[in-house]
Amino acid sequence: MIQITPKENQSRWVSLGIPIMAAVLSLLLAAIPLAFTGASILDAYVQMIKGVFGSLFNFTEMLTRATPLIFTGLAAAIAFRAKLWNIGAEGQLYLGAMAAVWVGTGMVDGPPILMIPLVLAAGAIAGGLGMLGPALLKTRFGADEVVTSLLLNFIILIFLQMMLEGPLKDPMGLGWPQSEPIVDNAILPQLITRMRLHAGFILALGTAVVAYVILAMTVWGFKIRAVGENAAAARHAGIAVNKTYLAVAMASGALAGIAGVSEVAGLKGYLTADLSPGFGYTGIVVAMLAGLSPLGVIAASLFVASVFVGADSMSRAIGVSSFIADLIVSMSLLCVLLGGFFARFNLRWDRNKGDGS
Amino acid sequence: MMDFVNIFLSDSFWAASLRIATPLIFGVLGALLCERSGVLNLGIEGIFVVGAMTGWMAVWLGMGLWGGIVVAALSGALFGLFHGILTVIFGLSQHVSGLGITLFGTSAASFAYRTALPQVSSPPRIEPFRALDIPILSDLPFIGPVLFQQTAMTWLALFMVALVWWVMEKTALGVAIKAVGDNPDAVNAQGLSVIKLRMGSVIAGSALMALGGAFLTMSAFDAFFFGMVNGRGWICIALVIFASWQPGKALMGALLFGMFDALQVRLQTQAGAVIPGQIFLMAPYVLSIIALVIVARKADYPRALLTPWFKGQR
Repeated sequence: MIQITPKENQSRWVSLGIPIMAAVLSLLLAAIPLAFTGASILDAYVQMIKGVFGSLFNFTEMLTRATPLIFTGLAAAIAFRAKLWNIGAEGQLYLGAMAAVWVGTGMVDGPPILMIPLVLAAGAIAGGLGMLGPALLKTRFGADEVVTSLLLNFIILIFLQMMLEGPLKDPMGLGWPQSEPIVDNAILPQLITRMRLHAGFILALGTAVVAYVILAMTVWGFKIRAVGENAAAARHAGIAVNKTYLAVAMASGALAGIAGVSEVAGLKGYLTADLSPGFGYTGIVVAMLAGLSPLGVIAASLFVASVFVGADSMSRAIGVSSFIADLIVSMSLLCVLLGGFFARFNLRWDRNKGDGS
Repeated sequence: MMDFVNIFLSDSFWAASLRIATPLIFGVLGALLCERSGVLNLGIEGIFVVGAMTGWMAVWLGMGLWGGIVVAALSGALFGLFHGILTVIFGLSQHVSGLGITLFGTSAASFAYRTALPQVSSPPRIEPFRALDIPILSDLPFIGPVLFQQTAMTWLALFMVALVWWVMEKTALGVAIKAVGDNPDAVNAQGLSVIKLRMGSVIAGSALMALGGAFLTMSAFDAFFFGMVNGRGWICIALVIFASWQPGKALMGALLFGMFDALQVRLQTQAGAVIPGQIFLMAPYVLSIIALVIVARKADYPRALLTPWFKGQR
């Protein structure tokens, strides 16, 4: 029998090393599906690395791809810290994007110093409300937020299509279901000329630092962690658990909403129904790779974005399906989950089967 | 108003309800089996995709429709084994593992499909399960079209309801599975293996889930599309709570759901000019949430759901 015993102490290095090992392992495991395609595996990895580090443009593309992942990763990390399972970041991202185009396509206009905060705030509020719903259903009726926030994604996506064919539709869009372009004054500025990298990236880094400070150093952050570790004990200690859930839901949804604003006002300029290739769901992987730490989310986002950008470029170069990126990212989640186990427990093969000692 | 009544009088409406319910019946039964043993399986959405792809692929490779069913069930079981190793043996977070299985299953199935069929403009088609044609029975008025002109997979789903009900309610194994989801220590004290019971339930439940996916590519349609599962797995997770983890109620829940879905399609064609079609498309998801909210407070969750169990560590 296999005996499982908890480890006495878990070192900081282990908790730092496991995500790195999981990331490396998932990249190595990619060789198996790659082998099935008949492509040269070494060539595939070379193409992936080139795709990220081959040029300044490629590198900034990776940072551009990491930007929404930092926001959705933070959204998942903060919610999961409180054991509030927000799986609805994908929908909240679109709510944020819709709010951004709603206020940002001519409803109001002003200097960028006003317009940029305005679209960000609109997106944050919309995203926040998007998670407040499932959180209220949880605190008021006891409905499992995993299922409600997940199902809300589908509802919001259909709502988005309705809006893009109706009120938000660009009359100049030649019939395509897309919104009018965001006004120039609400566009997040480019960071480097002729590169797509935009100010959303700086905002994402800043947000991660703020989230770290809030979680680690404020009373509110303490409450979030206390509720996540043991809701019953937190309630006993006088923490308003339901209020904390609602506040975390607002914060988490707002972060996902800002991801949507950043994509629409920083990268695309207008809204379509394929704005996000699953950034909301990938945010969950990012948060888990980060060990739910806000600063770790930055590193994890860079890794995941590298996989996506690198695999895209490899896929173009050697003709392997770009689903390989999703495969690597999902394997990294399973690897980090397993790694967490080996960090916390010792496995021992016990030959005296059933001895019980 | 008369149109509304006519919908309920038409055999095509009831036939469609049962057809739409079929993949959900498989999915809810699968989720029921997993959760009754104490394991939440959020891998369901991905396992649906896996079943849809592998079942279809097996038929496309010439293994026959029933060969496809077997392949789909086995690949579902494989992903169930994986989820079981992570959550039952290693006791890791059932939420995270399930989501991981969904992401992994979806991307693995999509990658395999794209790798096997790199350059196809339109997805290749198979000859799917046909509507049954039973002498006399299929020709009966009303009952014929509703029950006896379904495909064999619908009948397989109904048979599975009976089988799961029988196992859960009438056999010692069912008693043990229910007990392991409520009080694993008591089961262990009886000398039964908590690990084996849970692993078996998760593997069998996942195989059922994969059949739900296979129905989509082998009976409802005849090809595999990316995104064709479209939340059906998640709906099953809501329905199993609605069904209080009972096979009979699971069938009822899935049928009720199929009815509403069939109804919305028909209302959509009638009211399409007045109400945007998307309102109707939202209905299944909204209904699932409403169903969940209605039963949430009195839902009698298996008491050890989400709680890992380790041997020798009370």
